[in-house]
Amino acid sequence: MTSECTNRELLIYTISRLLTGVRHVAVGMSSPMPAAGAMLLRALNKKHSKEDVQLSILGSIAHNAFTSGAEELFDCAAQGRIDAFFLGGGQIDGKGNVNLVGAGGYPNSKVRWPGSYGSAYLYFLVPRVILFREEHSPRVLVDQVDFISAPGVSEEGVYRRGGPHALLTNAALFSFQSDVGRFRLESVHRGHSARDIQEMTGFSFDNDHCEVETPEPDAATLALMRGQIRTELAETYPLFAASLPDAA
Amino acid sequence: MTEFVSPEIMAGMIPSGIKLGLVPDGSGSCPGMVRLLIDQGIRDLHVVCAPIGGMQVDMLIGAGAVAVLETSAVSLGEAGGAPCFGRAVRNGDIRLLDATCPAVFAGLTAAEKGVPFMPIRGIIGSDVLANRTDWKVTTNPFDDSEKIVVVSAIQPDITLIHAPEADRFGNVRLGRLREVMLLAHASKKTFVTVERLSETSLLEDEKLAAAVLPAMYVSAVAEFKNAAWPTGLYAEYEVDDREVQDYAQAARTPEGFQAYMTGTRSAA
Repeated sequence: MTSECTNRELLIYTISRLLTGVRHVAVGMSSPMPAAGAMLLRALNKKHSKEDVQLSILGSIAHNAFTSGAEELFDCAAQGRIDAFFLGGGQIDGKGNVNLVGAGGYPNSKVRWPGSYGSAYLYFLVPRVILFREEHSPRVLVDQVDFISAPGVSEEGVYRRGGPHALLTNAALFSFQSDVGRFRLESVHRGHSARDIQEMTGFSFDNDHCEVETPEPDAATLALMRGQIRTELAETYPLFAASLPDAA
Repeated sequence: MTEFVSPEIMAGMIPSGIKLGLVPDGSGSCPGMVRLLIDQGIRDLHVVCAPIGGMQVDMLIGAGAVAVLETSAVSLGEAGGAPCFGRAVRNGDIRLLDATCPAVFAGLTAAEKGVPFMPIRGIIGSDVLANRTDWKVTTNPFDDSEKIVVVSAIQPDITLIHAPEADRFGNVRLGRLREVMLLAHASKKTFVTVERLSETSLLEDEKLAAAVLPAMYVSAVAEFKNAAWPTGLYAEYEVDDREVQDYAQAARTPEGFQAYMTGTRSAA
């Protein structure tokens, strides 16, 4: 067994920490690491006799109880029945705006991504939206997105009880300060410095000399990830689960 | 009354220029029929993706059959970006109506209920809203301090889906894919291809009935086994990942797309 925690395991563990206290977390399509993080939170809560966590993993049969169609997720969110969700994006800017549509003009974008999916709605309604993108580079983390799929903050008079909570990449963890509409560097993953993060980020952020290292999972948590979580994840994400370290 | 026809005759009942409702790959998608539509040279479609599109939509775009595309996303899932979609966007070959999933459902719900629009939370401040003249920001009539978006009703002329089974009366079992039920309710007509036909009424079994689209919404049924290949059919068969990857690779150029379409079999 590799005792060292891999970067992806650190991200999965960090996602579970960001979800602490949620009752219902939804995970969109093609999101294996958020799904793993949510499964880890559920397993850790069970182990420590804390409250049950409801998981709704789109694309899964075993971990998705919706029977009222794809719109049920959105109805649940509007009613406040979902506490956390994940968004990625081709571009994320320093004001928390996300772009899932494209770069280089609109509508005839030079680079076109799939589209906004449910972001323009869920970003307003889910209290804890975790922005998750492995690539940490100036082309992803930009000063100003080319197209706003969903805005980070809203003016008064717009119903908003949700929004960005944190931004997690393969190099660092930021929190989002909705009162000033800016990110704050919270910790840097092992192997990187705050100086690296400044160079790798296309927008300015607070606490840019942060010296906190992102906490890594203890041996028991790592064993849980390499056993039970890996097995649970394989139902929806067989290829991804197989790529994670196992307990052997 | 539901007509029972062959897939070829059903294809002939879908003319150019209509507003065509389609579902995501794997949730009742019907690439087998889409291939027949392309073969008959269908053009000028306004495609409504409820709420996103995949390989079947990308093929229609690649074949030059789409004039307007209303969607929250187009993607080939694990196989990556939709190549014909990306190319058509770059070249300005299609008119885009970029949406967000719940707004599509809200528009369909308005059509289902026979009202002109539906209010929906969120969206304000996005460029999605800025590019939609058929969505408006209004004031909550019950609370002057709140702004809220309204989206206009979406009523496809024809919705085309694939389902596990239909009975001889035209009732269609959809299972738990209630969003397909919504799309059918909202559309003027729904055409359904099925894996198999049942001799007994699907509405007789109380355990099934709530998951059945009644025949009154179903204009035509065609038995067309494996018509969802390679995109898959929920609870029946999985996506053929390898085939979708082959398509993703081939369709990266217009020539490769043409070669794929002429060189590969469809479900037929």
